[in-house]
Amino acid sequence: MYALDRVGATYLYTDDEHEIRTADKVIFPGVGEASTAMAYLKKTGLDLVIPTLKQPVFGTCIGMQLMCRYSEENNTDCMGIFDVDVKRFPATPGLKVPHMGWNNIFNYSTPLTTQLPDNAYVYFVHSYAAPVCEYTVATCDYIQPFSAMLQKDNFYAAQFHCEISGNAGQQIIENFLKL
Amino acid sequence: MLTKRIIPCLDVKEGRTVKGVNFVNLRDAGDAVELGAMYAAQGADELVYLDITATVEGRSTFIDLVRRVAQTINIPFTVGGGISSVADVSALLHAGADKVSINSSAVRNPDLINELSLEFGSQCIVVAIDTRYIETPNGMQHMVHTHGGRKATDLQTIPWAKEVEERGAGELLLTSMDADGTKNGFSLELTSIISGNANIPVIASGGAGNMEHFFDVFTAGKADAGLAASIFHFREIDIPELKQYLADKDIPVRLTR
Repeated sequence: MYALDRVGATYLYTDDEHEIRTADKVIFPGVGEASTAMAYLKKTGLDLVIPTLKQPVFGTCIGMQLMCRYSEENNTDCMGIFDVDVKRFPATPGLKVPHMGWNNIFNYSTPLTTQLPDNAYVYFVHSYAAPVCEYTVATCDYIQPFSAMLQKDNFYAAQFHCEISGNAGQQIIENFLKL
Repeated sequence: MLTKRIIPCLDVKEGRTVKGVNFVNLRDAGDAVELGAMYAAQGADELVYLDITATVEGRSTFIDLVRRVAQTINIPFTVGGGISSVADVSALLHAGADKVSINSSAVRNPDLINELSLEFGSQCIVVAIDTRYIETPNGMQHMVHTHGGRKATDLQTIPWAKEVEERGAGELLLTSMDADGTKNGFSLELTSIISGNANIPVIASGGAGNMEHFFDVFTAGKADAGLAASIFHFREIDIPELKQYLADKDIPVRLTR
């Protein structure tokens, strides 16, 4: 929310279908655990609303994972906007899971990275990730390459936390607002 | 590549930074928001704000400060000091803090770690451990201390670090009270043992006096992040210079300029 204040956007925080459908743009953020978040979407009916939205939609962190087909986190069936399954990072000696901190992203192919320097650093906190797939529009590498950003039609998503990713994160938010 | 983090720590009393700061280019060197924004602009990877106010009025001043920090800076920040309940954490996270740090309250009531991580997610729960190497009936041991390092507990530091992780802590902030204030370097051996045992990030704190100490704590100490206060406040170490120094020595860091 404060990130939107910092870029001067007008917003409201809602789970009301009409308000969401009539918004210019929709941001679907999140922290937490996949099955609980998905249960909440089902309770409010938003699991059926979000995939049918026509305006630009931006999911971040758990929001991105819920836009995928399935998450290994508590065997959760998600919304399936992106036909890819979210998997836990494999246990690897010397590499901690969660992947937490600043890491660089590369291989951009999305309007959201306009004016972003190559190998921009952004802030991640997650134990599950979507592998690189046909919707990947920015990649990150930790233990193995994974999708830092996904895009399909009007749906955009980022695994990292734009709101605390310094000037790079702010640029991505501004790019989304300009779509 | 995942980078090592540099974290300035600001002690705050009644909304103002204390312990002294020495920045001629700031309008008000005591203003905690302005100082934090300056560190963020210099390339600090994260900030820690510790509330050292003891009064109820100070508490609400701190929450107001947290809100102003969240409105101003665009990097993660952790807040700590006197947090002892789910309600305290809820108020701070709603004000815009990204993480909270608990210390004495976790020692008093270890179940609080479980409760907080279930309620808010592990990623925002930092457990701070103040440790000293002291003589015990079983010989010299690393023991957990509270009350700013003055009061010994009966908890051994190394097993306690593992216990807090198992209870759901998302990160450890390890302060060696032996090294703190000495400027002789971080406590490398203990940091290395704890970070090597942990599957969550370890922030090393206490003892930083020069740039080489950060190199040491990220290599021999195996730390994920290094925290310091006065050496940044008094400009004995400049953050962009520190990061360039580390990058030149092949430590992965986020260079912002």
